[in-house]
Order: sequence, then structure tokens, then C-alpha cells
Amino acid sequence: MNPDLIVIGAGIVGAAAALAATQAGLETVIVESAVPGAGVTGAGMGHLVILDDALLALSARSLELWRALPDHAGSEYRNTGTIWVAETADDLAGLAQQSIHLEAQNVTSRLLDGASLQALEPDLARDLPGGLLVPDDAIVYAPKALAYLLEQARSAGARLLLGRRVTRLTGGGVRFADGTTLTGAVLVATGSQGSELLPELPIAPRKGHLVVTERASASIRHQLVEAGYLRTVHEPGQATVAMNVQPRPEGQLLVGSSRESGIQDPGVSPGIVARMLRRVFRFLPTLREHSAIRIWSGFRPATPDGLPYIGRIPGRGQVWAALGHEGLGITTATGTAELLVDLMLERRGRIDPAPFDPARRMLAP
Amino acid sequence: MKTIALTVDGVAVTVVEGASAAAAVAARTHVFHHSRTGHPRGPFCGMGQCFECRIRINGRLALACLERASSGMAITTGA
Amino acid sequence: MPEHFDILVLGAGPAGLAAARTAARSGLTVGLVDEQSAPGGQIGRRPIWLRPSRLRPSRAFRETIDALRSDSRITYFPGERVVACEKGPALVTETPHGCAMLTGGSLILATGARELVLPFPGWTLPGVMALGGLQVLAKGGWPVAGGGIVLAGSGPLLLASARTLRQAGAQIHAIVEQASRQAVLRFLAGLPAWPTKVLQTLAFAPGMLRMGYETDAFVVEALGQGVLEAVRIESRGRRRIVPCSYLGIGMGLIPNVEAARGLGCALEGNPHPAVAVNAFQETSQRGIYAAGEITGIGGAELARLEGAIAGYAAAGNLTRARALSARRAHWMRFGAHLMRQFALRDSIRQLAEPMTIICRCEDVTLGAIDQVSDAGTLKLLTRLGMGACQGRMCQPALAELRPRYRPGATSGIPRPPLFPARLETLAGLAPGEPL
Ligand SMILES: Cc1cc2nc3c(=O)[nH]c(=O)nc-3n(C[C@H](O)[C@H](O)[C@H](O)COP(=O)(O)OP(=O)(O)OC[C@H]3O[C@@H](n4cnc5c(N)ncnc54)[C@H](O)[C@@H]3O)c2cc1C
Ligand SMILES: Cc1cc2nc3c(=O)[nH]c(=O)nc-3n(C[C@H](O)[C@H](O)[C@H](O)COP(=O)(O)OP(=O)(O)OC[C@H]3O[C@@H](n4cnc5c(N)ncnc54)[C@H](O)[C@@H]3O)c2cc1C
Ligand code: FES
Repeated sequence: MNPDLIVIGAGIVGAAAALAATQAGLETVIVESAVPGAGVTGAGMGHLVILDDALLALSARSLELWRALPDHAGSEYRNTGTIWVAETADDLAGLAQQSIHLEAQNVTSRLLDGASLQALEPDLARDLPGGLLVPDDAIVYAPKALAYLLEQARSAGARLLLGRRVTRLTGGGVRFADGTTLTGAVLVATGSQGSELLPELPIAPRKGHLVVTERASASIRHQLVEAGYLRTVHEPGQATVAMNVQPRPEGQLLVGSSRESGIQDPGVSPGIVARMLRRVFRFLPTLREHSAIRIWSGFRPATPDGLPYIGRIPGRGQVWAALGHEGLGITTATGTAELLVDLMLERRGRIDPAPFDPARRMLAP
Repeated sequence: MKTIALTVDGVAVTVVEGASAAAAVAARTHVFHHSRTGHPRGPFCGMGQCFECRIRINGRLALACLERASSGMAITTGA
Repeated sequence: MPEHFDILVLGAGPAGLAAARTAARSGLTVGLVDEQSAPGGQIGRRPIWLRPSRLRPSRAFRETIDALRSDSRITYFPGERVVACEKGPALVTETPHGCAMLTGGSLILATGARELVLPFPGWTLPGVMALGGLQVLAKGGWPVAGGGIVLAGSGPLLLASARTLRQAGAQIHAIVEQASRQAVLRFLAGLPAWPTKVLQTLAFAPGMLRMGYETDAFVVEALGQGVLEAVRIESRGRRRIVPCSYLGIGMGLIPNVEAARGLGCALEGNPHPAVAVNAFQETSQRGIYAAGEITGIGGAELARLEGAIAGYAAAGNLTRARALSARRAHWMRFGAHLMRQFALRDSIRQLAEPMTIICRCEDVTLGAIDQVSDAGTLKLLTRLGMGACQGRMCQPALAELRPRYRPGATSGIPRPPLFPARLETLAGLAPGEPL
């Protein structure tokens, strides 16, 4: 029996897409070369955050969809909110602009002066001029969120095939490493490995590090991100760092973030971790004494223009892509899924698909 | 044998000179902390590997089995 | 600025001390780091009830510790835990108060071994401790004189631990060895090849029998409300309850390979890998040596010989190193003899129940573990091994209980730090960058 849709990759993006497709009535099979979470989804931070850049509409819609998922406790969903923390008066002015942009998307936010910032987060350095609270941002535990989405998809009727690597697209379906094939429309959701199946779509892995601390007495309640974070996302430079700290429900802290391009070595780079931590201490000096249990790295699937590829691949028939979500794929998995299914069923959706059309960046074959 | 005086959770304790910080805590309680789901725990490995003997010494995290007790130390459990 | 030495030695147990001594004797400068407040490793700790003048360790050992004081080429850093190892090699050390970096021309790893304890119902109660751990804590003044003690598990450490605890004034109610009577007799029958071991055993034996040493027996459950009150012992199919305040339990030793693995040194053996070394104790990484129980369990004599070889070899003194190889082979046979006779009976692997906690840091139960089927999912969904001990306690135990989680399946890229480390320590890793 052939499915309507074959989703390649059981990362967060593939899982969310499979759930949405199944719910829309498509007979869906998810195929995964390893196990769910083996890709970058298992290494990410799980901050559900609205970014004030070209992903504003997609991320804002994605948060609505996350909230609307039934019983999302299975994802360890917590409504921590985000506080964007300003270091300078310029940062604060930028945050005021950001607040206006969010407003236009019906997203509530509140500017904080230095004193209100201190009152909300006493561990922050005292000299910081203020911040922007976005109360509806949230966190999930990415591996659990993935398991939850897959379970929802499965109970809606999707099938999951683990340990099956797709070696190539056949035109009308996929061929597996063991030589068997499966026929149906195809969604390539293989994260950083996207270019292996779709060489026309350039994706460059962008390395990031995370540190997890022991459960401790920190009083941090919101996800804290420095206002300059977006600069580090958009900077093409070799290695950038920004303060980005998440309080886990168990009392641990996830401490980030770093971005390095042009690196393949998955090992932890002590130098960049040191820089990242020093940047964090600028905002959270009390974290110096917290102890780290583990440090790891992951590769964000990055595209040349910073936007994901979501849509049909020209010239390949029923082959679709949901790739290149860089550092925001946990968040935008839900919005991506909705957009894709709308496109597949030729429905007019809430999100403008044009910026994400894979045709925009395709390399000559 | 010479003894030294210190405090464990604010209570005065004396131990023999050379004793470990773990021994000093044991003079008062065998429960060093509670686990993630609330079970009482005490030292297990005795050699710095299991982290069940974690305490604070004058506010700094330390492993009680690796540190020596010293005069005037302020130890707190529940770290 | 990092301090630099010709040779860095990590671990000041019998192996590390011997390595420091032979390297220094060959004319090199040595930086010797150990987290304990005194040298000697797991075996060489002086009980606090003995005054230094009554200390009677073996002669070789005493000489080595003396060398630390008299040999100006050796700089000893006690109380410093190595939390990160870098190629180079460089060691990042931490104390509760600060951190430092040491660099060296070559590195000798002598991180020893820890105990293997297989989970059973009640094993997380305060009062249940690792067998040698209880011994070590008692040497450090832990009050054991009051309540009764049961010692359980396997191997000669039962006897060594019992002896120390008796000296500390403890009442020992039972010593239960899981190996069969025949296995213990075979172990004793093989001992004459190592006369010093015969003498040690003779010294222990009478006391042992008085304290109720029995074979073919093991603890199946620890009982108590909030703290240990009694244990249930199974012996030849019969079960009985023995009241006690402490249970010391250990099923043997396993090498502390984490530092070596982090440096990319090849490991060998399953389910508890050891560092692979050549005849000169060199690992698969050039310039990195390993000696003592990190390379396999074999006792203090073997550890000392391996350390001496590593020290000479790292100093380029190969003739001297080679001269020790026959004695090393002799003591390796002792290690093999020990491991063979005290192999674990399978019923010990069956004691844990679905509600039994396997990962003490994150309170992950066997039942939760059995709901997943592969190592990757296990980590992501149960948080097993994600706590402060970084899997040191639960992962070897799980490898025994559920062979599908043996290393190889679970070992990916090792994730630093080597031990939990303060963020400020890690932030200092890149030298020369201003804060
Ligand atoms: C350090 C770090 C922190 C991050 N923090 C956040 C955050 O806070 N918030 C946020 O929204 N995002 C965050 N991200 C980004 C997020 O993790 C990614 O954008 C997201 O996980 C991408 O998911 P994916 O499903 O596209 O890819 P993946 O999770 O990599 O999934 C792809 C799957 O496809 C499988 N696969 C590959 N090739 C094949 C094949 N040929 N056949 C079959 N299967 C195949 C892989 O095994 C894998 O399971 C972070 C990323 C990093 C590195
Ligand atoms: C708890 C215990 C009790 C024992 N009691 C006895 C006994 O009574 N009689 C007997 O014959 N044998 C005993 N043994 C066995 C005996 O200790 C070994 O045979 C012998 O000590 C091995 O010597 P080694 O040098 O290889 O390792 P060890 O003696 O274990 O020395 C390793 C040293 O390295 C240090 N170390 C490890 N990692 C780090 C790090 N990252 N940073 C800083 N320091 C580090 C450790 O603290 C330790 O001091 C015991 C073993 C254990 C584990
Ligand atoms: S008792 Fe295990 S670390 Fe101290």
C-alpha cells in the first residue's frame, strides 16, 4: 500500500509536518535513518521564540500553533516568556522598535527599565539599562517535544519506519539503502543533510555550543537573551557568541549561544566556549560559580539567506522540502508544517509562502 | 587526639583532626541531600565519583569525601 | 600563565607516585596532580586513628611518598581535581576556590579505578555504601563504631575493608561473598605464586572467620525507613534479615577511563573498558601514557610497576623500563587470577526491580529504562546519566543489567568537562583572552 506522503527525517520539522499532514487526511509514512532526535533536534535548546526579523510572521504563527496543541505537557512545554536584555541605550532603542513590530503581529510585549528588569530577574547585572519582556514565548524539551509530536502523528494514523536510510529520490518516491523503494509524494526534512538528497539546495552546517549546569539555586525564571543576539545570527562572520540562557524546569540552566561557520569537527571547542561564557557573565555575573555538567555542540542547518526552504522543488514533481531552519527549527516546526500542508492541498494559508520558496536559491543542476 | 570545631548547618560539631568533611557532617546527620524526586541520600562511593556527598563549604560547592574538615569551616548540606 | 613540566602525572595512587618518581629520577621535571588531600590513591590513605609514626605502608610506597617531599623535580598538587584534559597536553584543575592550567611535554594518566555496584532494591538508602567507599570514609573518621555493619560483594576488597572497619571499632555482623566456595578455594590455591599475597591473606583469615565470612551469599535488598536498618541476605537459596546501620557492597573494580577517552586514547574490553597500552605503557595517542588500574584491574603491586615503567618510558629511559617487564607480567597474572575466580553470578544482575533506581542523580528507574530500546533514545528521554556523576555510577551498572547498553553502543564523542566544573573555570580555558 503506497502512502500519500513520505516524510524523510524524524527530526522536529519532519515530525510536525507528518502530524499536520495526517490530520489533513494524507496517508503519511515517516522514514528515519537512525532514531528520532539523532539529528540536530536532539542537541537544541527548545526555546519557542518569536524573532523580529524575516521570520517574524512564521515564528509568531508557530507559537500560536504550539499553544493550540492539545496536552502539550508531553513536550514539557512551559510558558516562561522571553526577556530580551539590553546592554546599551542603543539596544534598548532597538527593543522599543521590536516591541512595535511584535504589536503588528498581535504579539504582546512590555518594555522594562533597569529597575523592573532587576525586579524580574535579580541575577542580571545591575548596570543593564532595561529589556523587553515577551510573556507568551515558551520553552519545550526538544527530545520530548519530538517524541510527543511523533506519538500524536502515530495515533492519528501515521506510520514510522526507523533505521531506514533513504539513499536517493526516484522521481515517484524514495529508494532505501537496502534497495527497496516506496512510492508517494516526498517531503525532504533531513535537516543539515538536506543537500545529500537535494543537491540543488545549499545548506551549510553552523556549529553551536550549549552548556548545561547542575540543578542549583539560580533564580532565573524567564529565558534570557541579549538584545544583540540577532546580530550574531545574521553576522556572516566566522565565530560569534551571545548570551542566551534557559531555566529548565528541574532547576538546571542551559547556557548558550555560539555560532561558527565552516567547521565540520563536532568536538567541543574550548576557546569558543570560553568566549561564550564570558559573554554570559557580562549579563549574569552570578553564573560564574555554577557548575557545568556537560557541554556539547550541534550543527544548525543554515541557508545562505538565513531563511528555510519550505515548498515544492521545481522540476522534481511531487518532491517537497522543509529544510534549513538554522537556529529556530524547534519553534518554526509547527508553522512550517501548516504552511506545507496548505501548499500541498493548494489552500490559502495564514503565512506568505513566497519568502521560503526553495526556487529562490536553487543552484543550477 | 586533637579535635577541631566547625559548624554543620549552623550547629557546632567537633571532629578529630584529619577527619574528612564527610565525617564532620556525619557527626550530625547521615542525610546529605534529597534526590531529584525527594529521596534522602548520603555518601556512597567515598572517592569523589558519585556526587552524593555534595555540600557547601563556606558557600562554595565541594565534595565532602574529598575535603578535609578544618577549624571554623561552615558546612551546609542540601547542596 | 600555565605552569609547564616535562611530564604531567594525573593521579597520585601507587601508579602515579611510581611514575613521578622514575620520571624525576631520569632527570625530568614532573607535575603530579591529585584530587585527594594526601598522596597514596585509594589504597594508601592513612586512617585518622593512626599517628604518622605508626604508619607502616610497604617500603616501596614509603620511599615514593618521601620522594615527593625530597625530590625538587616533583611538584605535587594535592586537592586539585582535573576537570578538563586537552591535547598538548594540558590539564585544567579546579579546587573549591580556584582553577589552574598545567602543561606538559607528555602526560601519564594514572586515574585508578572505582567500584562497581549493581543496583538492588533499597540501595539508595543512606547507610548503603560502596565497599571500599565505606572503608575510605571510615579511615577519614566517619563514625562506624556504633551500629552493626554488613559487608557484601566480591573479591579481596571484602577482607581489606573488614579489617579497616574492625580497626575503626565497627561491629561486623556478616561478610558475604557472592563467589562460590570452590571459586574462593581455587583463588587461595593459586596464591602461592605471589607469596606477599599469601602473607596478607594469612593475616586476614582468622579475623574473617570470626566475623562470619560466608561464600555463595549476597544481599538482595536493603531495608529501612529513610536510612538503612537491615539487609536481606540470600545464601544457598535461603533468605534471612540482618539488622545493620551500614552496608558496604561492591562487585569489583572498573577502570576510570574517562580522561583517557576524552583525549582519544583507544580502549579495550567489555563491558568495562580499560585503556589500551603497549609494552611501554604508551596509549594509542603518542606521548600519552597510562598506568595502574586505568589499564585493567590488577592490584597495587602491578599498578606500581606499570607506573615505574611509564615514568621511565616517558623520560626516554627505555632500558630501565624494559627491565621491569617480567615482574609486570608476573603481577598481571595475579590480576587475571583474581578476575577469573571472582566473576559475578548472574542472579546479582536480576535483583533490580522496575521501581529500583538505576541512575541515582536523576532518579531513573529500571522500569523507565525498559520502556525504551536504544541508547540514543535512552539518554534523550530518560535523562539517564545526565546528572552530576555524568553516568559514572549508572552506566557500568546498566551495562551489566542490560547488555544492549554496553559501551560502544552508547559511547559517542565524549562530552566535556571531565568532571562538573565551574563555569568560570571553563571560561578561563582559552589563555590570554581578557575578560
Ligand atoms: C545549539 C543549538 C541550539 C538550538 N536552540 C534552538 C532553540 O532554542 N529554539 C529553536 O527553535 N531551535 C533551536 N535550534 C535549532 C533546531 O535544533 C533546528 O533548527 C531543528 O532541530 C532542525 O530540525 P530538523 O528536523 O530540520 O533536523 P534534524 O533534527 O537534524 O532531523 C533530520 C532527521 O533526518 C534524518 N535523516 C537525515 N538524512 C536521512 C536520510 N537520508 N534518510 C532518512 N533519514 C535521514 C536524521 O537522522 C535526522 O533525525 C538550536 C540548534 C542548535 C545547534
Ligand atoms: C575505594 C577503594 C578502596 C580500596 N582499598 C584497597 C585496600 O584496602 N587494599 C588493597 O589492596 N587494595 C584496595 N583497593 C584497590 C587499590 O586501590 C588499587 O589496586 C590501587 O590503588 C590502584 O592504584 P592506581 O594508582 O592505579 O589507582 P588509585 O590508587 O585509584 O589512584 C588514582 C588516583 O587518581 C586520582 N584521580 C582520578 N581522577 C582524577 C582527576 N580527574 N583529578 C584529580 N585526581 C584524580 C584519584 O583520586 C586517586 O587518588 C581499593 C580500591 C578502591 C577503589
Ligand atoms: S561519596 Fe561519592 S562523591 Fe563523595
